[in-house]
Amino acid sequence: MARGSRVSISERTVVTTRVASPFRSYTDGRAIVESRGATVREALADLDRRYPGMRFRMIDEQDRIRPHIRLYVNTDAVEQLDHRIGRGDTLHLICALSGG
Amino acid sequence: MARTLWVGTRKGLFALRSKESRRDWKLVGPQFLGHVIHHVVQDPRDPKVVLVAAKTGHLGPTVFRSSDRGRSWKEASQPPAFRRSGEGEAPKAVDAVFWLTAGHAGESGTWYAGTSPAGLFRSEDAGASWQPVAGFNDHPMNPTWIVGQGSPIGQLLHSVRVDPRDARHLYLGVSSGGVFESTDAGADWRPLNAGCAADFMPDPDPQYGHDPHCVEVHPTMPDRLYQQNHCGIYRLDRPGQRWSRIGDAMPRRIGDIGFPIVLHPTDPDKAWVFPMDGTTVWPRTSVDGKPAVYATHNGGKSWHRLDRGLPRKQGWFTVLRQAMCADDEGKKLGLYFGTTSGEIWASRNEGSSWTCLARHLPQVFSVTWGNG
Repeated sequence: MARGSRVSISERTVVTTRVASPFRSYTDGRAIVESRGATVREALADLDRRYPGMRFRMIDEQDRIRPHIRLYVNTDAVEQLDHRIGRGDTLHLICALSGG
Repeated sequence: MARTLWVGTRKGLFALRSKESRRDWKLVGPQFLGHVIHHVVQDPRDPKVVLVAAKTGHLGPTVFRSSDRGRSWKEASQPPAFRRSGEGEAPKAVDAVFWLTAGHAGESGTWYAGTSPAGLFRSEDAGASWQPVAGFNDHPMNPTWIVGQGSPIGQLLHSVRVDPRDARHLYLGVSSGGVFESTDAGADWRPLNAGCAADFMPDPDPQYGHDPHCVEVHPTMPDRLYQQNHCGIYRLDRPGQRWSRIGDAMPRRIGDIGFPIVLHPTDPDKAWVFPMDGTTVWPRTSVDGKPAVYATHNGGKSWHRLDRGLPRKQGWFTVLRQAMCADDEGKKLGLYFGTTSGEIWASRNEGSSWTCLARHLPQVFSVTWGNG
């Protein structure tokens, strides 16, 4: 595939993104939003452009997923931000914490 | 003009508001419900500006800013964050913004932040964006100076103090690491701990590795520093280099362990502390369940107990380092503290008697004074 067309697909890939409640102050209360990108990294960058500050609350400055955040593409746990996303996939932004 | 006492808690931001009399207070809030608010600071240079250090159980750290005295808030576009780590370096990420300090009066818009793990950050746009202070965070001695976990919530960088005579002259405290001083706006630092005990270390008089809990520089006599340390209460008069343990004058059965130390805004001989139990397994409660503030009026030569109005017994709270403050009401100086059990206490007579302003709040992390 030509380099140019790959960028083009990345830009057009629209991912359904399910947003856990702690993030909804960024998404105007919406539980489902769209993000665009061929990888989780690109999708999160797109989300941060539209909802400034959201990415840093879940990904630290060393590009690590924060301890109480879980990301899934469909049912696959995301370990690396370069995890690929395809058209029709769902990206889940999940928070997990116990205690009072 | 209205008076505001900002209250940062484990579960959100509150404010107590009063008229000038400071007699009747109204509790408002919460804002940021569910956020851990480690520190709230109203800008003394521009009281419309308020900064809040926040995170939640789930979400990473950030700073919120208000330019209308807390009516509306905007998140920092670039919160404090360490630089990307190089190959072979241990990666460092800010877990919590723990401390905020407004910069020098002549540097409007400048702020400092201290974090956990221990990092120093500076903003020059009123808290909108923050840059690491490389002179401290990347100092060749930094990994040697700062060791271990520091506190139950990790290493803490706190007590960033700016000399009111010289914006380039800075102090800070690190738990555990010690007190450090810079005379070149943070480009270089050196430890300033001689004389302080560190009885959790094998060396009886180490250069660094101490555990300052709260360091204060007197605003009208900036050569006088006070420190509530893990190992006692200290005073340092510059250009001296060696701290004196003024806590030795505290009653032996009370001891001189605690978190906060509060200075009188104009009288450098007056200070207040809230002792806690630092014996055996360190219960960190008021001593014997009988909470009391202790005051000195002579620079620590002697201390007296101030507990009128406070619980006489079975009061097992303590007061954390950001959770005690003075106002700026001159001869009728007010003192305020918030407790780990969610109460706010106030005195309008320098601690002679105390009144409870609020109960049933979440654990109080920060109590700070603001005008307007």
